[in-house]
Amino acid sequence: MKIAICIKQVPDSWAEKKMAGGVLDRAGVDAVLNDLDEYAVEEALRIVEANSPTKEAGEGSGHTITLISMGPERATEAIRKALSMGADDAILVTDPSLAGSDALATSLVLSEVIKKGNYDLVLCGTESTDARMSVIPAMISQRLGWAQLTFAGKVAVNPAANTVEIERVTEFGNQVMSAKFPAVLSVVEKINEPRYPSFKGIMAAKKKPITNMSLADTGVGSSDVGSAAAWSNVKEALPRPPRGAGVKLTDEGNGGEKLVEFLVEKRLA
Amino acid sequence: MSEVIFLVDHSAGKITKAAGELATYAKSIGDSVAVVFADNAQPIVDQLNTFPVDKVITIAGEFDKYGPAAIADGLAQLLTDRKPAAVLITSTANGKEIAARASVITGSGIITDAVNVDKDLITTQSVFGGSTTVHATVTKGVPIITLRANSIEATGATSSAAVEIFAATISEAAKLAPITSSTPVVKGGRPDLTEASIVVSGGRGTNGDFKPVEALADALGAAVGASRAATDAGWYPHSNQVGQTGKTVSPQLYVAAGISGAIQHRAGMQTSKTIVAINKDPEAPILEIADFAVVGDLFNVLPQATAQIIARKG
Repeated sequence: MKIAICIKQVPDSWAEKKMAGGVLDRAGVDAVLNDLDEYAVEEALRIVEANSPTKEAGEGSGHTITLISMGPERATEAIRKALSMGADDAILVTDPSLAGSDALATSLVLSEVIKKGNYDLVLCGTESTDARMSVIPAMISQRLGWAQLTFAGKVAVNPAANTVEIERVTEFGNQVMSAKFPAVLSVVEKINEPRYPSFKGIMAAKKKPITNMSLADTGVGSSDVGSAAAWSNVKEALPRPPRGAGVKLTDEGNGGEKLVEFLVEKRLA
Repeated sequence: MSEVIFLVDHSAGKITKAAGELATYAKSIGDSVAVVFADNAQPIVDQLNTFPVDKVITIAGEFDKYGPAAIADGLAQLLTDRKPAAVLITSTANGKEIAARASVITGSGIITDAVNVDKDLITTQSVFGGSTTVHATVTKGVPIITLRANSIEATGATSSAAVEIFAATISEAAKLAPITSSTPVVKGGRPDLTEASIVVSGGRGTNGDFKPVEALADALGAAVGASRAATDAGWYPHSNQVGQTGKTVSPQLYVAAGISGAIQHRAGMQTSKTIVAINKDPEAPILEIADFAVVGDLFNVLPQATAQIIARKG
């Protein structure tokens, strides 16, 4: 199997984030591999390990795991993290014209890269912890015309039959869906517990190849990406006014009663 | 007046609370047009009569079998046919995927997780854990906007909207991943977390005992939420997790009991209208964003509050 994983470098979710010129100010904060992408990396490794004669990913497994990311040069830090978990190689699309791209442009670039790789499966996290739109897997599936198996809480792959079955977990309940390769999957965070990179994995990751692609290499035109091509426009971004100073009291045996008084006053109880 | 189409969410023959909210948004912008994907649409159409709905469009087909990909196909065909001023969809996992695919098919811009949309189709979003408010517009195609449940109070109305039938075809690509079996969510006695007007959540401070949290929730008619610390410890189901990697809620009242208020948790609840917090630690960050904070032991404060509320109801 050839598996691709779409990953993104995001500002550390512990960091305070700010907007600059209508887009997220990425320069001033620590950047990490999107937490939710780690579950996709882990799941890809488990799929390969379960179907490898050596029970390990990597050379000798007969399968490959390629990371695909779009972002600045700095995104190699997030890529190394995923490589140290066990992915084989990576493609990073970096181009100044990509700055400010919306989800439509991002999904277009990722789809064009995926098309060149002859992959069987593409795995994604359910969302990035910065934009939180949750639309990229569906957009990629639509653009490629591949099966969409998203919000997977369980994945079962049968490489001999070229089929994949998932349990989709949503607010309306659980559904079982199945499809033939190629397919686009997203996995929810309950699916597994991502491994910590081992020392051996971290050392090996330093030597794993990262292929750099420019926008021209992907075949996407510069007029289709970047902030000028975005199909939505941020008119203004304002820091939320701080919540008015609330009431804070220490329980002296009647804290519950005071709480109810407050709720009654606010017509909430 | 221009048409604003909204997608009616329904499950097991019942419309969700969000359907009335979308009708209310649609009516504030233009003519409110409901679109219902169902083979047996009449019972669903009937439930829309208590909301401001000017027209209902029903689309029948194998949408239960092929899910969001198929619904996106049908919706895209409807948009191309009717050219509405906008399309409103609830911000659920399904809703956002339908929006995403319809956006690619029709070449339309998309805005997700809005907490308001005004008559000029300017949306309001609360981003970065509620620290920033963004106003945005779609600049290309039919604006496709997903709105968070509970972001508006649905307006009641008596309507008897005309029903039209629209014929849509499902593409081969949308048929590639059929749903082979389906298990609906088992509804407990409590309201759904994302739809509830009041949410009472427990965290690490419960030490695994959610009884006082549940008792207060039941006295208030509230849903029960939990912090990631509590769900990771196995004290409460993951489906009740509020926060960055769980559900995002914005109820009228959010009660955080024994939750410190890490930024990841705040990301899931900071847009709540009123926040009440109970925590032993006077330095807990949650106390800083609370409208009413009690520094104390939740095992004393919650039962006292619960008893008081039950007594008041008499």
